Amino acid sequence: MTIDTLDIAASPMPATVPKRSFLQEVIEDTPGSDPRFEMCIQCGTCGGSCPSGPDMEYSPRRIFAMIKADMREEVLKSNTFWYCVSCYYCMARCPQQVHITDLMYTLKRKAVREGYCRKSTASDAPDFSEFFADAVLKYGRSFELGLATRYHLRHHPLGAIKMATGMGLEMMRKGRMDLTPRRIKNVDQLQAILSKAEEIARQEREQGGVA
Amino acid sequence: MKYNYYPGCSLERNASAYHDSTMAVAKPLGIEFQEVNDCNCCGAVEFMAIDKMQAYALIARNLSLAEQQMSNGENLVAPCSACFLNLSKCDAYLSASPALADKVNKALAAGGMHYTPGQVHTRHLLDVAVNDVGYDAIAKKVSKPLYGLRVAPYYGCLIVRPGFLDKFDDPEYPTSLDKLMRTLGATVVDFPMKAHCCGGHMTQISEPVALYMIHQLLKNAADYEADVITTICPMCQLNLDAYQHNVNKAYGTHYNIPILYFTQLMGLAFGLSAKKLGFGKEFISAAPALIKIGVKPPKKPKKKRPSKQELPMPVMPEEE
Repeated sequence: MTIDTLDIAASPMPATVPKRSFLQEVIEDTPGSDPRFEMCIQCGTCGGSCPSGPDMEYSPRRIFAMIKADMREEVLKSNTFWYCVSCYYCMARCPQQVHITDLMYTLKRKAVREGYCRKSTASDAPDFSEFFADAVLKYGRSFELGLATRYHLRHHPLGAIKMATGMGLEMMRKGRMDLTPRRIKNVDQLQAILSKAEEIARQEREQGGVA
Repeated sequence: MKYNYYPGCSLERNASAYHDSTMAVAKPLGIEFQEVNDCNCCGAVEFMAIDKMQAYALIARNLSLAEQQMSNGENLVAPCSACFLNLSKCDAYLSASPALADKVNKALAAGGMHYTPGQVHTRHLLDVAVNDVGYDAIAKKVSKPLYGLRVAPYYGCLIVRPGFLDKFDDPEYPTSLDKLMRTLGATVVDFPMKAHCCGGHMTQISEPVALYMIHQLLKNAADYEADVITTICPMCQLNLDAYQHNVNKAYGTHYNIPILYFTQLMGLAFGLSAKKLGFGKEFISAAPALIKIGVKPPKKPKKKRPSKQELPMPVMPEEE
């Protein structure tokens, strides 16, 4: 078959802008200046520096390779970024100054938004972040007792009882835990700001962006 | 010296010992704190995992509040490493990306607020103590040196890494807290894992992962025969203190190392009372360490149960 015989007009590809690659999406979804994700040279310093690296399904280095290979589902279903403890060792040591910790947050958000996090082996973890955020949205402050109770009752009820009678009780006895949430005075103002922020992000996504 | 003060959620309750001791040492250090009025949570390491725009708007509200109440360019001080990182990182990223700053300000406008990137300079309390007050001024205030107390200085992660605004210490092998402890008269032990992670929120999400990290830190401090570990972050304190029992259970160890805030040790060296510095709230009691340096530990609250003598006990008739 020669080039001449190829019917380009009949090709099923639409004549629009090529689809954004997974890597491109991830870059655009990461805040701040250029996160330098394309600069990764696959040296593995990140994985070697990671304190929870041994418990991750794929090391940060491998996650970079998989993102570049457009393996969206495998990446977003992995536990890697949920096991990131935000210690910034990888970022401090990366010879290419790649914003690795920021990448982990971007992947968390994508996995939550696209529902992949429910299929992950770390499927409990997103709830911890979500319940934390819920309390902040409601009161303007974090609420440890409410968060721990809600999270552990949902995911490990037996452990929750053990925790409440052990560490929880001790925390209260020492005056280190509130029984009721603390609310900031201007909680209405905060909620107005946050719902506006959500609206801005939604509009941007509808217009094809990735905010 | 005047500073704006952002306590964060932990210091209000869980880490109240940190807040109390910070307030107690402020006067001898010549620092005046003005709390950021009605500030909200910084989002810790959780909010950014849910919604980027909301997370930035959340932090920016605090920066805007600080900007409003600043009179002549004072710095904003955060004693919590996570708050310090979030506030400084948000400011750095808003400065680096005008598009992001524009969107965040649109959100802030819904609450009648505005923040100009670069206006609020956030610093950690340790940075302020050692660089603004200075070791010499601190040394002059020491009236009861911590002679003989073996201290492992624990920095954790976010105070030294990644350093968005200014890197005041080395990200791999920091030394400012070591030097501060020596200034107070303490013996600083070698602590190679001083900037390693305490496990953060992994105690909740996957406890074995966290216990492994906490065990390594405790072992390292115990290997160098530290009496206490001193910390600069509420999360590090909670993990190493409250989970020490779980580590001992999981690894068959017998660690019993109190985890104290650096401000508590500073207060002791300044001759302040242990009670005023929030001692007694730690899980692993600091009493043995306090006795070692000749400080009276705070009294334990009396149990309300009446003593046996007060109870109507049956008495055997005395034999003649």
